[in-house]
Amino acid sequence: MSDVLDGPGVQPDLKVVGTRPIRPDGADKVTGRAAFGADFNMPGQLVGKILRSPHAHAKIVSIDTRKARALPGVKAVVTGADFPNLASEMHEGGEAASNLRDLAMNVIARDKALYDGHAVAAVAATSSAIADEALRLITVTYEVLPHVIDVEAAMSPDAPVLHAHLFTEGLEVRPTSASNVARRNQITRGDLAEGFAAADVIVEGRYTTQAVHQGYIEPHACVAAWVEDGQCDVWSSSQGQFMVRTYCAKILGLEISDIRVTPAEIGGGFGGKTTVYLEPLALALSRQSGHPVKMVMTREEVFRATGPTSGAVILVKLGAKVDGTMTAAEVELKYQAGAFPGSPVGAGSMTALACYDIPNFLITGWDVVTNSPKVAAYRAPGAPIAAFGVESAVDDLARKLGMDPLALRERNGVRNGVKAAYGPTFQNIGYLETLAAIKDCPQYSLPLGPNQGRGVAAGFWFNVGGESTAAVHVNEDGSVVVVTGNPDIGGSRAAMAMMAAETLGVPMQRVRPRIADTASIGFSMLTGGSRTTFATGMAVVQAAEKVVADLKRRAALLWEVPADKVEWRNGAAVCLDPAKADPKPMTLEILAGQSARTGGPISAQVSLNAQGAGPGFGVHVCDVEIDPETGHVTVLRYTAAQDVGKAIHPSYVEGQVQGGVAQGVGWALNEEYIFDSDGRMENAGFLDYRVPVASDLPMIDTILVEVANPRHPFGAKGVGEVPIVPPLAAVANAIRSAIGVRMADLPLSPPKIRAVMDARAS
Amino acid sequence: MAQLDYLAPLKVEDAVKALAATGSYALAGGTDLLVQLRSGRIRPDTIVDLKRIAGTIGIREEAGGFVIGAATPGAMIGEHEALSRAWPGLVEAVSLIGSTQVQGRASLAGNLCNASPAADSVPAMIAARAVCVVVGPAGRREVPVEAIGTAPGRTSLAPGEFVLEIRLPPRPARSSDAYLRLIPRTEMDIAVVGAGVNLTLDAAGVVIEAQVALGAVAPTALLVPDAGAALVGSKLDEASLAALDTAARAACHPISDKRGTAEYRTKIAGVLARRAAFIAYERAGARA
Amino acid sequence: MSKPHISAIVNGDPVEFLADPGMTLLDALRDELSLTGSKEGCGSGDCGACSVIVDGRLVCSCLMLAAEAEGRRVDTIEGLAQGGRLHPLQQKFLEHAALQCGFCTPGLLMAAKALLDANPDPTETEARYWLAGNLCRCTGYDKVIRAVMDAAAELRQVKV
Repeated sequence: MSDVLDGPGVQPDLKVVGTRPIRPDGADKVTGRAAFGADFNMPGQLVGKILRSPHAHAKIVSIDTRKARALPGVKAVVTGADFPNLASEMHEGGEAASNLRDLAMNVIARDKALYDGHAVAAVAATSSAIADEALRLITVTYEVLPHVIDVEAAMSPDAPVLHAHLFTEGLEVRPTSASNVARRNQITRGDLAEGFAAADVIVEGRYTTQAVHQGYIEPHACVAAWVEDGQCDVWSSSQGQFMVRTYCAKILGLEISDIRVTPAEIGGGFGGKTTVYLEPLALALSRQSGHPVKMVMTREEVFRATGPTSGAVILVKLGAKVDGTMTAAEVELKYQAGAFPGSPVGAGSMTALACYDIPNFLITGWDVVTNSPKVAAYRAPGAPIAAFGVESAVDDLARKLGMDPLALRERNGVRNGVKAAYGPTFQNIGYLETLAAIKDCPQYSLPLGPNQGRGVAAGFWFNVGGESTAAVHVNEDGSVVVVTGNPDIGGSRAAMAMMAAETLGVPMQRVRPRIADTASIGFSMLTGGSRTTFATGMAVVQAAEKVVADLKRRAALLWEVPADKVEWRNGAAVCLDPAKADPKPMTLEILAGQSARTGGPISAQVSLNAQGAGPGFGVHVCDVEIDPETGHVTVLRYTAAQDVGKAIHPSYVEGQVQGGVAQGVGWALNEEYIFDSDGRMENAGFLDYRVPVASDLPMIDTILVEVANPRHPFGAKGVGEVPIVPPLAAVANAIRSAIGVRMADLPLSPPKIRAVMDARAS
Repeated sequence: MAQLDYLAPLKVEDAVKALAATGSYALAGGTDLLVQLRSGRIRPDTIVDLKRIAGTIGIREEAGGFVIGAATPGAMIGEHEALSRAWPGLVEAVSLIGSTQVQGRASLAGNLCNASPAADSVPAMIAARAVCVVVGPAGRREVPVEAIGTAPGRTSLAPGEFVLEIRLPPRPARSSDAYLRLIPRTEMDIAVVGAGVNLTLDAAGVVIEAQVALGAVAPTALLVPDAGAALVGSKLDEASLAALDTAARAACHPISDKRGTAEYRTKIAGVLARRAAFIAYERAGARA
Repeated sequence: MSKPHISAIVNGDPVEFLADPGMTLLDALRDELSLTGSKEGCGSGDCGACSVIVDGRLVCSCLMLAAEAEGRRVDTIEGLAQGGRLHPLQQKFLEHAALQCGFCTPGLLMAAKALLDANPDPTETEARYWLAGNLCRCTGYDKVIRAVMDAAAELRQVKV
């Protein structure tokens, strides 16, 4: 089932927006023709490979690369010593800020290896086998140090310290000794003690999650060529070619204009490809060898050395009146950052109570470094973890109050005019409509059988705007090319073409969207933060509007009427001047054919910093069945409702929702990083990491609730991230309903559930 | 640098000769071998592909039983109607190995000789009292399946020896088998526990012969005679199933690892043995 | 050791190439024959992105040596569309928006083709289990399964 519910503010009479055309890059992708990161080759390229630390925490005493360099076929060997040491400097990337010094040290270790898999050296050779042999010939002398991965253990005063320069920020008094706690943040309102004193009912819970990986199927891959004059070409699969360009320039100390990055098709990212791992190494190897260098990660490398998201501990305390009115909330979030500061605990804190209008609350977040891979953004970074705790506690509160869980959320739910827990005042949000959509959906009232349970949960994500560029070119035959700088991860080309077609009044098939390299389109922040359809889409629409204005001017010139006597309707200029006897409309084709006479090529480019991304809300309902003897959980049914603004291409919006749900269900049930006692990842492969497979899931029903965002030309809101926020708690709440016991430690794998069943029986 | 060699002999003798050299590895379906090769866990000098030897791929009926070529892919086993009727438990165990893609390649002998305690087909083969025909420098010998694996990743095969085929005994009336495994997902996982049960009933529906084998609960797959004995003489009443559960659990000495705790594995061994026994009983009753 | 010389039929055409003895069929397809439609997502048979059909059987080309392809018939994603026309499965994937990033798509299409060759009228459950070896992290499988079922229905119509 997939419903689209038109809500307030949605523009009527749209011809292209809101339909479901075939995506413009579709044929390329179903025929295997689309070129992803590893599908590109340069003549004379070498194979680059990375030597990684086998230790979770170790001082690098020395690296001897002489034998590797002497091996025939080895053309370059680099270590941390080949890269400049950068000063601590924050860089705003689009999804999350990065410290450039840390980023550079994550790309290749300097004095210390900080996690199992941390890159220590890299080689380039004429074949894969020679590169492997060269890695074996590098001798690294380590002094192994005690390590810490568990977040609370890392916070303890006697934990091994990763960074001697790290002093906790955000405390009233600056600490006098270094620790693994990078930062504390707090958000508060009202009087917490008073709020709890006013409560009739209080629930409390402690919840934990493990690190989980984005799990994109395409491993990181790039080809880099350093030309002798210092100009560089990089071909890589990432969420942002401009991000790759900036980071490579910073890490290698280059001029930005000396690097051109061409985006390959990207085989999934989910936030995990918002940073660089391979590209600076490939460039350094290319510089040393004088050859292009291709690097492709193995799946094991992807797991061991690229961003998972945080494992965490979440503490929640909620207070409410007997009528369900929530009076106070206290939330404490402790997030693993991995080897360098920068967990998504800030966003976790801001989103934790974003669905609720509570007068008194305190949210405290802790950003903690640990001997595990530096976390990278993962779809609504930080929010699913916080929501797992809060939405589980809200479920317990509803149970304790004897209220329907949707009714409790409705009573306390945010609406227009309410000041959000994280600051701004909500406008044009559709949370209550989304709650109502789930209340009304068929699944919510289906009867449940034995060992079955039903859970609901809500979720929130800000969505962002930011800097984007788009160009619209009208060709001499009236066909149109739209150029943007955002990699298309999930169908955004279709959305760009549809919005341009709608604005120009032409069929979508006449508009071909292209994604350009960093030298061929103006700057665009990366594809992340659910920003592309909103922000880049806004640039596309504005560029198309400029083209329309220009076309009207040109038509006026040809008709010899003032420009305000021309209107643009259905892809053609119409003359409004009654003095001109019945001039036929001038179509885009006609005007394009005469462009030389009216001022030359018809083209417009718009660069903007889009503001006003509408926040999104999701409400999910999940039905499960438990095998009481094995603890195995089957997800029987799932419905996800989401406030999406206006769905530009509803099929791809539904796809975003379904994909987010699937990832969230995996996070809830089976996915986790498992480390051995030495801090080495034990399940660095798809076999034992266990993402959901087709037979694990039912059809995922979606309800798109359209409450338009007036800041976007067609009312769009970001949609990609919200759907991963509710599932962790929706699944946990369904299991709670099925077995009568609250399970608070993810993943909710069969052994844990069987243990609870046994405890309940005895 | 050492270079790998690939041989695809047509004759058993040539394969035996090639496999007798150190650093030689037998290739059947390759679904384990290539993963180990790729990860660097093994660095063979020679890979000896057995699939071009006559008889290594295929299923034939002989002396009332079945003979399955060592490298016969799982998909071919799953498609064999007579085999599926006679040994549904064994066939379902084979069919559980990996994905459809893996079924296109993975073989019984490979699953056995990879010597993982969690191999799905092995408990089913043991419960079936299957026998391996092993060929090697010393000629040909027949070995019960449970004698092949000696420890995780280790077999009793001597250098140069390989499994040529697997023989299933003749099937009496009113007999059938079943295999169940537990995995966290629904597909694509390694068994946390596996249980194979093979039963023969008399005309009154009383169990007269029972074999129970367990996987992933010890360093090798186990034949559990006490568990079988718990069923003999019963019609799978509550008491005999409880005795089966107890005997199955008593036989377990698993490890705790990333795939499951020892405690959980032991409990589940009892659960799956009971459930598999129930299915085998229903099937045996239907083969009157 | 010298590199074995391999002759095979790929997408209906005879091909010849030299392969290192340890080279997988996937690497041979991608690097020797420039057929990069088959993808490597894991190299261990766990993701299905490299799925091809060898002598009518669906396999992971990362789990097969190139040398084993001697004399075999190999069908890859590049051969699925015929004569400039998309295969009904490809068309249905597009109509149902059954792909997002598109990386797993070639493997899924080859697996789905093998499914419909073996079972023209699968149930949803049969389709889900058959395709369980093809990981997709974008779609949650919903639209993939719908596309496969719809393509199956269309192919059955064509046969009648």
